[in-house]
Amino acid sequence: MRQVAHIFRKEFSAYFISPIAYIVISIFLLVTGWFFFATFFLFNQASLRTFYALLPIVFAFVVPAITMRLISEELNVGSDEILLTMPVTARDVILGKFFASVAMVVAMLIPTFAYPLTVSVMGQLDWGPVIGGYFGAVLLGAAFSAVGLFASALTRNQIIAFIIGLAICFALTLIDKLLYFLPRSLLGVFAYLGADLHFQNIAKGIIDSRDILYFVSICFVGLYGAYLALQAKH
Amino acid sequence: MIQVENLTKYYHTLCAVDQVNFDIQKGEILGLLGPNGAGKTTTLRMLTGYLRPSSGNIRVKGLRIDKHILEIKKILGYLPESAPLYHDMLVFDYLNYVAAIRQINGDKKMARIRRLADLCGINEVMHQPIGELSKGYKQRVGLAHAMMNDPEVLVLDEPTSGLDPNQIVEIRKIIKEIGKEKTIILSTHILSEAEATCDRIVIISQGKIVADGSADNLKQSTGGKNIMNLSVQNTDYKTVQETLAGIRGIDEVTCISETSSLLKVSLSYASTSDLRPEVYRKIRNTDWILLEFHQETQSLENIFRELTKED
Repeated sequence: MRQVAHIFRKEFSAYFISPIAYIVISIFLLVTGWFFFATFFLFNQASLRTFYALLPIVFAFVVPAITMRLISEELNVGSDEILLTMPVTARDVILGKFFASVAMVVAMLIPTFAYPLTVSVMGQLDWGPVIGGYFGAVLLGAAFSAVGLFASALTRNQIIAFIIGLAICFALTLIDKLLYFLPRSLLGVFAYLGADLHFQNIAKGIIDSRDILYFVSICFVGLYGAYLALQAKH
Repeated sequence: MIQVENLTKYYHTLCAVDQVNFDIQKGEILGLLGPNGAGKTTTLRMLTGYLRPSSGNIRVKGLRIDKHILEIKKILGYLPESAPLYHDMLVFDYLNYVAAIRQINGDKKMARIRRLADLCGINEVMHQPIGELSKGYKQRVGLAHAMMNDPEVLVLDEPTSGLDPNQIVEIRKIIKEIGKEKTIILSTHILSEAEATCDRIVIISQGKIVADGSADNLKQSTGGKNIMNLSVQNTDYKTVQETLAGIRGIDEVTCISETSSLLKVSLSYASTSDLRPEVYRKIRNTDWILLEFHQETQSLENIFRELTKED
């Protein structure tokens, strides 16, 4: 577990050494800030609902951008050879990088605390859904991070890793919007697979174990896939 | 120290390493020699636990690599070919990170980094990003990385490739220095390097071991030839050939160059015999002017070429 912490620290600081973190955070804040406040006064409601409605689709773009370099860069430079011949296991490496990505998502969300604070000045804000929403956002970010990490372990090309990650996250976000193309018998399964639905449940302030289980299982599947992909290279 | 038994590695259907066996004693410097694509890097990668063997077994200090990989990694230091390090990290940050992973903490860590910086000569680049370093410095940082845990076994994959002659001499000096106490395995395709630094040489070709022994052993055992070079004046090639070919044991007299003033010939004969006295006696009876008289044993290059010839 100590090795996970060392790898986490290295990966997390790597985001802030290079310009990636600043670029990703700025773009995220610009996009969410614009879409949130552009319609905020039209709705005339003191809630973060539009912000949360938008979050899964924005995350589907931003999180794979955070994770794309994590493993594919190592494969490209060949530094995985150096890393994996030190006394660490593939599991340590993947967990360390996963937590770094989740921490990056959290770092990205922190400046958005300005939104509920602004809103609470202007009206009566119900803090329950806000807190639930942030909790869900972290879970969603973690699930997408795991998916992105898996995509990153598949290829040595960061662009391809980004596109694969984006495609999977996008599919998870939109799957429950496409249900009318599916046979009735499969509806339940695919509805359950949609990330947006589970996230919106939590963002309403309803913390249901099924929703949490959903995100945890996506994390597990993604990380295990990344682990297998990394092992297959040897 | 290390036993390699029937080590085999397939990449899909391509056999990169085929039933390789060798032992390495403690304190030995072993050179793994072979042409490009012979399986040197693959062998080293399996030895360091980066690749899993398709079959066969590696034991380090009696520990099997498939069961005790973490323990083995702890006593091993590895410098992969061309030192693939994190480009955007500073050298100091990088060594700091390696020390943390190697579980070296506190005062010990700083002392260790300082000691390695002195040993590898990287003090002046400590605060530069690794990506901006020249190849030689990168290689030295890689060496510092490999030696961070004061490893009992040091594995170096082509440690001098791409370095200039001065850097090569320096890296070799460092390797010799470390090799006094540590077991070192290095791969190279530079023969003089293997001869200069290694106690023992293993030559592999197309995944198989074709020779194993010290440089001197190899030269003797392969049934090589002695070559004698002569430079003479006041005669011509034909006379020289007729005179010297009469000596028993001489296989061949060849002309290297002939001008009106100077004739250079070389004689070859089995390395088990020494024909210098006979040749000298023959020449003494003529009126040739002997300018050069020099015997060389077959070089490692010839042996290498002989053994690694592709059919």
